[in-house]
Amino acid sequence: MSLAEDTPPRATGFRFERWAPLILLAGAALIYVAVAIGTGQAQYLTLDNLIAILGRSIALGITAIGQTFVILVASIDLSVASLISATAVLASVVMDGAPAMILPAILAALALGALVGVCNGLMVSALKVNPLIATLGMSLIIQGCLSAFVSNFAGKVPVAFQVFAYGEIGPFPLALIFLALMAALAWAVLRFTRFGSDIYAVGGNEEAARFAGIKTGRVVILTHVICSVCAAIAGLYLASRLRSGAPWIGSDGVYDLESIAVVVIGGTVLAGGRGGIWGTMAGMLIFSLIDSVFNIAGVDSFAKQVLRGIIIVAAVAFYAIRSKRIVA
Amino acid sequence: MTAPAPGSAPMIEMKGITKTFPGVRALSDVSFDVRAGEVQALVGENGAGKSTLIKILSGVYRADSGAVLLNGEPVHFAHPVESLRAGIAVIYQEFSLLPERTVAQNLFLGREPRTRFGLIDGARMRRETREVLSLFAAAGRIDPDRIVGTLDVATQQVVEIAKAVSTGARVVVMDEPTAALNEAECEELFATVDTLRTRGVAIIYITHRMREIARLADRVTVLKDGEVAARFDEVPEPAEIVRAMVGRDIADFYAAPATAGEIGPPVLTVRGGGNAVLKGIDLEVKAGEIVGLAGIQGAGRVALAMALFGQAPFERGEVTLSGERVDFRSPRAAILGGVGLLPGDRKSEGLVLMQSVRDNGMLTSRAFAPLWASDRRNAHADTTGMDGLLDRMEIRAASYDQDIRALSGGNQQKAIVARWLSMRPKLLIFIEPTRGIDVNAKAGIYHLMRDLAREGAGILMISSDLPEVIGAADRVLVMQEGRIVAAFGRGASEQEIMHAATGGAEVAA
Amino acid sequence: MSDSTARPRAARRRLPRVNPVWLLLAALILAIVFMNPGFVEPTGYMNFLKRAAPLAILAAGQVYVIVSGGFDLSVGSLITLVVVGSSMLTNNDPSATVWVIPLMLALGLGVGAVNGAIVCFLRVPSLIATLGMMITLNGLAFLWSGGAPRGYLPDTFRFFGRELIKDVPLVRFIPVSVIVLVVVVGLLTWLMHRTNLGRQVHAIGDNPVAARLAGVAVNRVRITAFMLSGLSGALAGILLGGFAGVSTDVGTGYELQAITAAVLGGAQLLGGRGSVPAAVGGALALTAIFTLLNFLGLPQPVRQVVQGLILIAAVALAMHRREETGT
Repeated sequence: MSLAEDTPPRATGFRFERWAPLILLAGAALIYVAVAIGTGQAQYLTLDNLIAILGRSIALGITAIGQTFVILVASIDLSVASLISATAVLASVVMDGAPAMILPAILAALALGALVGVCNGLMVSALKVNPLIATLGMSLIIQGCLSAFVSNFAGKVPVAFQVFAYGEIGPFPLALIFLALMAALAWAVLRFTRFGSDIYAVGGNEEAARFAGIKTGRVVILTHVICSVCAAIAGLYLASRLRSGAPWIGSDGVYDLESIAVVVIGGTVLAGGRGGIWGTMAGMLIFSLIDSVFNIAGVDSFAKQVLRGIIIVAAVAFYAIRSKRIVA
Repeated sequence: MTAPAPGSAPMIEMKGITKTFPGVRALSDVSFDVRAGEVQALVGENGAGKSTLIKILSGVYRADSGAVLLNGEPVHFAHPVESLRAGIAVIYQEFSLLPERTVAQNLFLGREPRTRFGLIDGARMRRETREVLSLFAAAGRIDPDRIVGTLDVATQQVVEIAKAVSTGARVVVMDEPTAALNEAECEELFATVDTLRTRGVAIIYITHRMREIARLADRVTVLKDGEVAARFDEVPEPAEIVRAMVGRDIADFYAAPATAGEIGPPVLTVRGGGNAVLKGIDLEVKAGEIVGLAGIQGAGRVALAMALFGQAPFERGEVTLSGERVDFRSPRAAILGGVGLLPGDRKSEGLVLMQSVRDNGMLTSRAFAPLWASDRRNAHADTTGMDGLLDRMEIRAASYDQDIRALSGGNQQKAIVARWLSMRPKLLIFIEPTRGIDVNAKAGIYHLMRDLAREGAGILMISSDLPEVIGAADRVLVMQEGRIVAAFGRGASEQEIMHAATGGAEVAA
Repeated sequence: MSDSTARPRAARRRLPRVNPVWLLLAALILAIVFMNPGFVEPTGYMNFLKRAAPLAILAAGQVYVIVSGGFDLSVGSLITLVVVGSSMLTNNDPSATVWVIPLMLALGLGVGAVNGAIVCFLRVPSLIATLGMMITLNGLAFLWSGGAPRGYLPDTFRFFGRELIKDVPLVRFIPVSVIVLVVVVGLLTWLMHRTNLGRQVHAIGDNPVAARLAGVAVNRVRITAFMLSGLSGALAGILLGGFAGVSTDVGTGYELQAITAAVLGGAQLLGGRGSVPAAVGGALALTAIFTLLNFLGLPQPVRQVVQGLILIAAVALAMHRREETGT
């Protein structure tokens, strides 16, 4: 008989966690509108501007989709930022301005992502290394290897590949449509495939999943591969946008921590088993809106960093404070 | 009720099973079988070896010697998945359901039906879920799309059983399935078991409640101290089962009750105590007396303990401790006020497993000493020091520097008692004091509780083991749905208490 | 009901086992001596200790947080903030050292207290809380210095990191930082392994529920652990400011090095077990590895790769050992 024994079943009616991302999103949107009007900059309240806001967080959005998968199985990936840098540099160096090398470069970047994902997954599931430590260690290794070869912008992205970041279909940037498609695909995988169901099972109760015959190790490895491949795609996108790759673009964007924060704000719990992609997308929107608020309000970039750190912690606290569990 | 066809071959046969854990012989030469379409009751006290036997059957453990035969063929399960595939489903007390997923998703976990395109066939899953659930009385209440975590315990249990049935299990093992059910829910479960039986499923039903054995069982096997103590091909009189189960004279097993002279003034008085779980609690514990608190799982017994201990405080009512009004908002406050608590789950709530016996004993006294004080302070061996207290508990350990994990459950429990002795509490709350403790050590714990009471402490003992509540307590209170619904003096019967605990008694106004 | 009575593990060897980190350290030092015989001279090993001192102090503080069940990733940026902040505050005024150093120690304690409070009261896992703190402190360091820190720390401030005490018998000289190291590690060892605080830090990392039900002031103990880690970060910053100069990346990477050192010393991630002296041994071993890599002429980034590999290998080995012994 444990302390939890007497807990009555949870109420069926209003479930706070379900609606929290939307409430937060509405709040962020309100603040944005208020700041835009308050500072007399109503020109920021157009559809074009909304698209522009979204366009700034595409790399974060792609990374966060991958991060959602690993967090759903109660793992985590802190190596995405270095991997983003590494794949951006790799792609840019392989392309080096030659349109013919676009496809090989893309394949190389995705392969690197898959390799890192397999390594992360194996460390977590087979060697039982704490995922935080495993992926932090992986991050060091990637960053070290990268710094050994390049110290500044390296290679050049041909114009043809810059379409990824700058192309438009109608009023929408190509990359934004790509992000939407990725999100839809991720949603479908989680919702309609056995793999998706296995992910929730492994994150919810690993032992029950194993007793049901699910190969839990394989599920964990696959989610890590998905996460790393997403980071690789984000790296490709950034290379396309910056027209070259540099070894600091990942860590400058704090993509590791921000992608985790986005996922958590979206209602996916760090302990795994609960959450989903739409929440993550809402989280991404919240972050872009906050960023835009800073821009409109003209917050100094260093102060922005300070505020960001605080917001990330506050966002996690927003969910965590309701739990009774003792955390460390 | 369909009786098994006489002489039909056993579906599962376990022959000469022996299992030793380092230092403990858990099972020796146990043979056991169950036929299709019958309920074989497996009874025995805590620690008699029931769970070990089931874990060997399902492939969690491997037997040292002996054989498991399924339909006459020897089988070796290395993993629970293999036994599940072979048609053996075990329903443990801790459910293996995913609380965040729907009923249908849980039922088909790991084997979801798929469409031609390889996607999950949600419609078929829902349809088949409804089909499986229609076997059970609760069917009408359960929507396949309902999130399991929002169902009550009894309904979750139906889902758990439905899951076993839907895997096509031919052998279903139920481990004390009624522990958390009220009377109506029990009846529903019995009906479910009957359904399974008529469908030719072999059922192993673990319990120690005589009423359920009489109602359900076709045959009974009694385990005691890892051996088969008795085997009945027809359900015998309860007394006969109890004798086989306990195998000793009850009288000196429990300590003598308190005499009138030993009972002093009230230590604890609660008037109208309530919070989210508890309603209108009126309670009195006197110095020198042991009050037993019975009830089914979820009745609020632990909630009451946690309210008294400040972990999940009362929101209404008043609490008086030794004549003083108190309102504890944290365990620390309660401990300072003179309350001690022995948690029900030693491993997860009581022990600091990586530390020594002495460290575990000193945990509380250290928590109230200055942070920078030496960790050897008050560790000394005279009567007031921790080593002295541990000596008095007669803890069997190579040394008090030994890791506590290496000790037996009984000795671990004594170390936790020693933790409280150093604080001289006025009220001690024991939750499941003898769970997982071997039979011989139980008597030691009962006598220890009595000694503490004689020294003037009031003791509140929460236990799911009815014979223990009856034998060790001076008075028995029964809880149901967050209220205290009945009170008995010494000599209450199990039937009376069960009746009150499962909703038979009038709810006190 | 469960039949899982505690089973005494078979054949527990109760011989005093040497922590493997000391064997590793001995092997590494032999290798260094082999490659550079001058290491046995006081100039050799004292300089080594001097260089290792900030990390060793940091590791000793980190052990408190790890044993309590958490991580402190904010110490690296705390070092940066201490160095940058000290240079801003002293502003080349040697006499300012007297109040700047206590202020910086207080800053370390304060940052630790905030970390602890976020974990305890907002229930944010320490990893996220201290990562957020890391970003915030880095931003503050930039904000304070306007992005480009200028000037040098006055010599009075650099005394602790740089000065040597000469004419010491036997070893000829002792760097002040080594004295700081010995005193701090001595104090932290005593506090962790000889006092109530230390036993309670172990207890809350091992089983916080049991600790709370036994009356341990879990929050107070946890916040104290974070404060000690913050204090060690401030001390490491003061030493590093002495010999590394002022920049906005002095502290970068130190948080992971500290965790690696603690894990090398056998500290158990997620709490319950760990030793201050062994973490210091881990820090010395890590510094020795870096020294060897320098001798081998390997470029700086290789250090990162090696450190990543060591971190993963140490944790993987520890997990493997735990599975074997079932503890």
